[in-house]
Amino acid sequence: MRVDGWFLAAIGVFFGVIGIVYWFTSYEDAGFLMLMGAMLLGILPGSYYLWWSFKMKPQPDDDPNAEMSEGAGTIDSFPGSSIWPFVLGMGAMFTVLTFVFGLWLAPIGGALILSAAIGGTMESRRGGAV
Amino acid sequence: MTTTIEPPDLVTPEEPRGPDGHTPGLDHEHGDHDHHQGPTGLLNWLTSTDHKVIGKSYMITSLVIFFIAGIMALVLRTQLADPTSSLVSFQTYNELFTMHGSLMLYLFAGPFAFGGLANFIVPLQVGAPDMAFPRLNALSYWLYLSGSIVMLSGFLVAGGAASYGWVAYAPLSNAINSPGAGADLWLMALGLTGFSAIFTGVNLAATIFYLRAPGMTMFRVPIFSWNMLVTGILILIAFPVLFGAVVMLFCDRHFGTHIFTVQGGGVPVLWQHLFWFFGHPEVYILALPFFGIVTDIIPVFSRKPLFGYKGMVFATMSIAALSTGVWAHHMFTTGVVLLPFFSLLSYLIAVPTGIKFFNWIGTMWGGQLSFQTPMLFSIGFLFAFLMGGVTGVLLASPPVDFMTHDTYYVVAHFHQVLIGTTVFGGFAGFYFWYPKMFGRMLNERLGKLHFWGLFIGFWVTFMPQYLVGLYGMPRRVADYLPSNGWTTLNVISTVGAFIIAVSFLFFLANLWISWRKPIPAGDNPWDGHALEWFTSSPPPHHNYTHLPPIRSERPTWDANHPEHRTIHRPPKHRPAAPADEAETVGASS
Repeated sequence: MRVDGWFLAAIGVFFGVIGIVYWFTSYEDAGFLMLMGAMLLGILPGSYYLWWSFKMKPQPDDDPNAEMSEGAGTIDSFPGSSIWPFVLGMGAMFTVLTFVFGLWLAPIGGALILSAAIGGTMESRRGGAV
Repeated sequence: MTTTIEPPDLVTPEEPRGPDGHTPGLDHEHGDHDHHQGPTGLLNWLTSTDHKVIGKSYMITSLVIFFIAGIMALVLRTQLADPTSSLVSFQTYNELFTMHGSLMLYLFAGPFAFGGLANFIVPLQVGAPDMAFPRLNALSYWLYLSGSIVMLSGFLVAGGAASYGWVAYAPLSNAINSPGAGADLWLMALGLTGFSAIFTGVNLAATIFYLRAPGMTMFRVPIFSWNMLVTGILILIAFPVLFGAVVMLFCDRHFGTHIFTVQGGGVPVLWQHLFWFFGHPEVYILALPFFGIVTDIIPVFSRKPLFGYKGMVFATMSIAALSTGVWAHHMFTTGVVLLPFFSLLSYLIAVPTGIKFFNWIGTMWGGQLSFQTPMLFSIGFLFAFLMGGVTGVLLASPPVDFMTHDTYYVVAHFHQVLIGTTVFGGFAGFYFWYPKMFGRMLNERLGKLHFWGLFIGFWVTFMPQYLVGLYGMPRRVADYLPSNGWTTLNVISTVGAFIIAVSFLFFLANLWISWRKPIPAGDNPWDGHALEWFTSSPPPHHNYTHLPPIRSERPTWDANHPEHRTIHRPPKHRPAAPADEAETVGASS
């Protein structure tokens, strides 16, 4: 956890430094803003992970001498299989095609996305396979 | 459905396993949770959230795309073999080189690496039962597939596919210069595949950060997974910028904005800034996974641990970090970018890349090398990427870049970089992990024929292009004059392209034979190092029934060769090792 935090925070610091150097050498705004965005992408999750890493006890995957039994137990609940990613993907395709071929495709895309949103949420609540 | 890791019953180093990795009593007795109750056949393909099924789907789709784009390349090369050829019209030629580049870069190289190989291998390497977000993983495959269909469907609409090159420079890509639905479909396809890549990046980072097995500390994660983590972060930096730029360009084309047009007060060169802020990290999104593949293969076929593990990790991080600060070296000739800044940072990338080369050679040095197909492809990668990389360092020098910009020199450079990484590195990984994915071997002789055909064809195709570029041939031209004197070099290049095409027939024959007459692979055909070789081939549902203790970055080797296990530092609860004990005990004996 702590390595992850430092890793992300270091990304943020690097882009912060590069971004400031870039601004004062070029005064070009597009690149400067993109570098600042990259800095935030590192700093925000990195500082969050670091904050947690000092509050949590070390995880077995960060302990070099951990035994396999320390990680035993339920990791997470995974849906065994699900049709909703497929429905959502097709909905996304029809939605973007709306921008090319006209609004008549929008109801198809919208209906697919809506049904995938509802179906996927209900599936998570049930917590099981299809 | 829940996933548990079996508590005790571990393989201790005192219980060596046979050369094929089988130990009686340890062979995959599936617990209740391993019997996957789900649909089969087509419905399984549509509904699966298993990272292995999704990884295979990604791989097959991206290979189909690779062959489509490769056939386009053959048409382009055939057109150029004759100075005044009229095999295809100029408009078709423009569409073909645009789609060749777009398919190869957006739909083959990236998805093959981070969708196909990484999806399958990363959870196995870190000891995870699946990716962190299985349904998000499935969604990214469907977005990728629909994006591929949308991009290819450009050939079916009136006006043809997009024809402004894979970089879509404004103002060539606006509604006046590139009208028609094909260009819009291209933009929409980038939107879909861009989100597919972003979701995969999130998934990879979350899996490697939080689903590692106990004892698999960050500095024991195999380099392939490390590189996929860094690639995932790079995706998160680069692809949102591309998506924003695509939306802006679409608004310019249809909604009357003037972001990239001078007439309305916009700045055309802004497109280049946005595109290359995505585009240069994209090159490393395409390269880093293949560096990782090669880094995992070379130690296995040298029978040594990796030389300089931490150096490799930090080199990967520095390459990725620097790659995001060099975008404008593609824009030197626009005259509005800061030359020294981008030139300096571009030169700096050569340093961590050089560290990587040093470590690859250091790993092979004094090892027991065996030149099976994956190793041959890895060594082919070293040569090809070295040539592409060195010519890239030249291009980072603005005076050289002014001379060679938009000539075939640049074309040869980036083809050598990208074929060196994605094709040599990618097929090294494919030959290496195919036994793990499908539980059957590929034919060694056909694999070697594939390699030598590709290797020879590669040099014959692209070395003449450097020369013809230096003689002044611009890229993206469909014909030239016989008096230009470029004909001979172009003919040689076309012959090379067809040698590459023939080599891929050996590859297809190899797949066909392994499918018709399977040779069982066993769990660990190469005597591999990382965790994925510990489980069965193909792995059971949720990957592992047992895990070995993880005490180094090559747990499977330690479990199989307890007398040669990797020792980095004495464990805390044991007495210190003798001082004369080297980093690895007799590894290369």
